[in-house]
Amino acid sequence: MADDPTHHEHDHEHVVVPGPPPASDGPAAIELHGASVARGGRTIWEHGDLTIPRGSLVVVIGPNGSGKTTLLQVVLGLLPVSAGSVSVLGETPHRGDPRIGYVPQNYTATIGNAVRARDLVGLGLTGGRWGIGRASADDRRRVEDTLESVGALTFADQRMSTLSGGQQQRVAIAQALVSKPDLLLLDEPLANLDMRNQNEVVELLEAIRAEGEMTVLVVAHDLNPLLSVLTGALYLLDGHPHYAPIGDVVDEQLLTHLYGTRIRVVHTPQGDMFTRSGR
Amino acid sequence: MTHPTAVLARIGYQSNWPDVFSAGFMRSAMIGGVLVAVAAGLLGYFVIVRQHAFAAHALAHIGFPGATGAVLIGVPVTLGLAVFTVAGALAIGLMGKRLADREIATGTILAFATGLGVLFNSMTTRNASAVTNVLFGNLLAISTDQLVTFGLFTLGLGVVLAVVARPLVFASVNPEVAEAKGVPVRALGVVFMVALALVITMAVQVVGTLLLFGLVVTPAAAALAITARPVMVAVLSTGFGIVCVLVGLLLAAMFNLPPSFVIVTLSFLIWLASILVWRDHHRGEVPTSIA
Repeated sequence: MADDPTHHEHDHEHVVVPGPPPASDGPAAIELHGASVARGGRTIWEHGDLTIPRGSLVVVIGPNGSGKTTLLQVVLGLLPVSAGSVSVLGETPHRGDPRIGYVPQNYTATIGNAVRARDLVGLGLTGGRWGIGRASADDRRRVEDTLESVGALTFADQRMSTLSGGQQQRVAIAQALVSKPDLLLLDEPLANLDMRNQNEVVELLEAIRAEGEMTVLVVAHDLNPLLSVLTGALYLLDGHPHYAPIGDVVDEQLLTHLYGTRIRVVHTPQGDMFTRSGR
Repeated sequence: MTHPTAVLARIGYQSNWPDVFSAGFMRSAMIGGVLVAVAAGLLGYFVIVRQHAFAAHALAHIGFPGATGAVLIGVPVTLGLAVFTVAGALAIGLMGKRLADREIATGTILAFATGLGVLFNSMTTRNASAVTNVLFGNLLAISTDQLVTFGLFTLGLGVVLAVVARPLVFASVNPEVAEAKGVPVRALGVVFMVALALVITMAVQVVGTLLLFGLVVTPAAAALAITARPVMVAVLSTGFGIVCVLVGLLLAAMFNLPPSFVIVTLSFLIWLASILVWRDHHRGEVPTSIA
């Protein structure tokens, strides 16, 4: 196999091609109509009215405790709204919706050494099936293809604990992608990653969005690594969720209000843009 | 002071070991031990992945008053153990992992349970060796009734695991994702805890409360040092358990040693060899598997 000239080491670089604009046909990815959420009698956020078009790559931002993870739980059907209505891909959210892929927060911290990357991705496809029996050839090929698409094939047979944070996050994303979802939810996928790994994950997310009709929702604390690829932002401000195309969000006054600390938007001569706190 | 040879007189090579080894009670011990090794081997992967090793240890202690209480009121020890460990397992399962994580609360309850066992034992005049049997196991005294119960438990566990294995792996490794995917994570947790309680009910009678870890957790830990594929872990840890039981009984017969001692010693040696030999194979992962 090593002599095979067609067998190349898989490289980890993903060429980022600007994707098509968000698709507007069919039901929206997420719609909130006067939606409120309460937990233990306390209102987390209320009066949410927004529509996120399909094919978007949207960041979910807001200060700590503003209900970002709660929003994902509503979309996943794990938590009902206390008022108003929610529609996800045209339906009321329901647990176990196969059209949604989910990468929870601190995903990698909870997984020890007892599982290989490949098996973990396989669970995303077959983990809900009862009874015995090996995965079918089709299933195994799909796991293989998904591992390759996120650049995880070279370390697929290693245990999760032996992988770097960036590699673990790729495997987590592959597990969510293997069932070919229409909506991908990621909770803090960039936390605890160094800048290089952050950029690799961001490029991967952009490649996923650019490839097809998938809508990607990313909960993040820091906007900067994502700025170049976002199409919109869902921000939780003063107890209300709002959605806006990205150009409208990257506004000094709004960000300053959102984070409760002075935020500046800096444009570099090279055309890059980033936000920074402080004067 | 007693002369050392007098103390050691009973331990040593026994020339009549083939007779001992082929006796009826030895056949029962082998069958019972192998059944428990299979049951423990099937469940061991989940015990470690779900980080329930301490819960397993705790349940063995919670079973102690069940066993001595059973002797006191004259019902089978298996029944007393099963009632107490299943009740304890359901309590831990319903409280979630928080209970198992609370070392102080768990330790306090364990001490109380053990004290209760001592009380029950002091009240009984029927069988003075009951405490020793529960604490250290007595594989050589396994009865036919116990074997039938062990067989049913192991068969039941095999059937249940055949149905739930994949979702249980998913729920154990990735509870949040499994929950979102519609896997009944909490119900599977309860099924697992009851299965664990029944495995412990059996294993206590083989190696005892105090040595239980060596048969329920250690073989799976050794297997996990070698492979991370769940099916392979189950096969290897079952194999390790069977080797420990059979070779343990053989050596116990040959040298007149307590079977529990030989079984957990072999288990310890297999575990030690596994982590030493495979330490460099996948560097950096063995310490976390044991912790």
